[in-house]
Amino acid sequence: MLRDMSQLSILGFQSAIWSPAELNRHIRQIIETDYRMGDLWLAGEVSNLSQPSSGHLYFSIRDAEAAVRCVMWKQDVARMPRLPQDGEAIETHGKISVYEAGGQYQLYVDELRFAGEGELYQEFLLLKERLEAEGLFAAERKRTLPRWPRRIGIVTSPTGAALRDVLNVLRRRYPLVEATVSPTPVQGEAAPDRIVKAIQAINKESKPDVVLLVRGGGSVEDLWAFNDERVVRAVAASKAPLVTGIGHETDVLLADFAADLRAPTPSAAAEIATPDSEELKLEVRELQIGLSRAWSDHQRRLRTALQVQRTALELVSPRARVDSARQRVDELLHRATTAIRHEISLQKAAVGGLIQTLQAVGPDTVLARGYAVVRKTVDGSVVQSVKQVSTGDELQVRVSDGEFGAQASSMGSS
Amino acid sequence: MAEPKPPGKMRFEEAFEELAAIVGKLEAGDLELEESLGLFERGQALAERSSQLLEEAELTLRQLEGDLTNDPE
Repeated sequence: MLRDMSQLSILGFQSAIWSPAELNRHIRQIIETDYRMGDLWLAGEVSNLSQPSSGHLYFSIRDAEAAVRCVMWKQDVARMPRLPQDGEAIETHGKISVYEAGGQYQLYVDELRFAGEGELYQEFLLLKERLEAEGLFAAERKRTLPRWPRRIGIVTSPTGAALRDVLNVLRRRYPLVEATVSPTPVQGEAAPDRIVKAIQAINKESKPDVVLLVRGGGSVEDLWAFNDERVVRAVAASKAPLVTGIGHETDVLLADFAADLRAPTPSAAAEIATPDSEELKLEVRELQIGLSRAWSDHQRRLRTALQVQRTALELVSPRARVDSARQRVDELLHRATTAIRHEISLQKAAVGGLIQTLQAVGPDTVLARGYAVVRKTVDGSVVQSVKQVSTGDELQVRVSDGEFGAQASSMGSS
Repeated sequence: MAEPKPPGKMRFEEAFEELAAIVGKLEAGDLELEESLGLFERGQALAERSSQLLEEAELTLRQLEGDLTNDPE
């Protein structure tokens, strides 16, 4: 085979042998010289969609007869609100080129829109970009909601399901609030203008703590008023913090970006804006328990402190001094008693000495030597002279070991 | 300090927040007996007021004037 080809070459039918790289590059150059291939829209159904970890998106656009390979780079994918799905009709924009390594021509997609939304969606993206650049959606503009809203303003259709849902949630969750409805149509030609006026009116007349801008689910067209620039600006300009709850979870509108908080549904908006009274009841009960506990703890502390003070007081009280004085008195008394007793015993000893002395000089010793003491019985007077006695006088005679009676008989002087 | 508002005239959030503050004060201690007794009694009244408001509340609903004729929903 190779030989055949070289023979052809020798014969002049072909001047060179291509390598795959050369061929693919050549074909790519041919395609790229066609200006129509550098900027085209391709419409069809998505198939074989895949997004590997690289983040790039690979798929085919096909119709009944044919398919074209497409690739969309990660940074372009990131700008899309959602990914297309297999079987979905889309329009893609980009350029055709060749993936040389695989010999595959493909559409390099830089823009993708979902059929039916095409132009509206482009408008949406442009407006979003513009308002974003203006800072209308900036995170630092977002205000926090009050914990205890007193007045809630509800901007919505007065006949819609959204209002009913919101009121149900408010009645169940936080019936302490005062709800004021600022009625407005939420779809149709007049809607954007009326929504703007309703937002302004509720802020001005009811001075709410928070505003809910809500609408039930609907088609993209039904919700379109909430992508209107006037509405978005009115949302951003609301004096009270504003929560949006528009459509369903998956619907994201420009009003949502401008709101202080976006809730996925009207009911969710009412929930986000209010505390739950069932939880509050629990909290009140806990506080009540906490109050009783804190009170008894406090009392216990006071009692302990009181006890400490009482002890301290006793240490410094006059009673202590009185007690100590009393003790001192006892002590002195004791000492005094001892001293007195000592004195007494000394005196006793002295007296004893005197008695002995006395006895030594007393009559008993004289009597023991044979003397007697004679007293007149009449008056007990000691007889020292015969002149004191007359014949017949009764006398008492004391000798050393007793006494006996006698009578004076013969008188004479010695 | 201003004369304390009678609990019966307080809004829920006022009563609730003062109650929470009182519990905090009592927990911190450092109070005279008379003062703490006053706080305890006021706390009880506030707790009653808070529960009563929660139990008895009914949503007040008003509507701003608006011309709603011929409005598609």
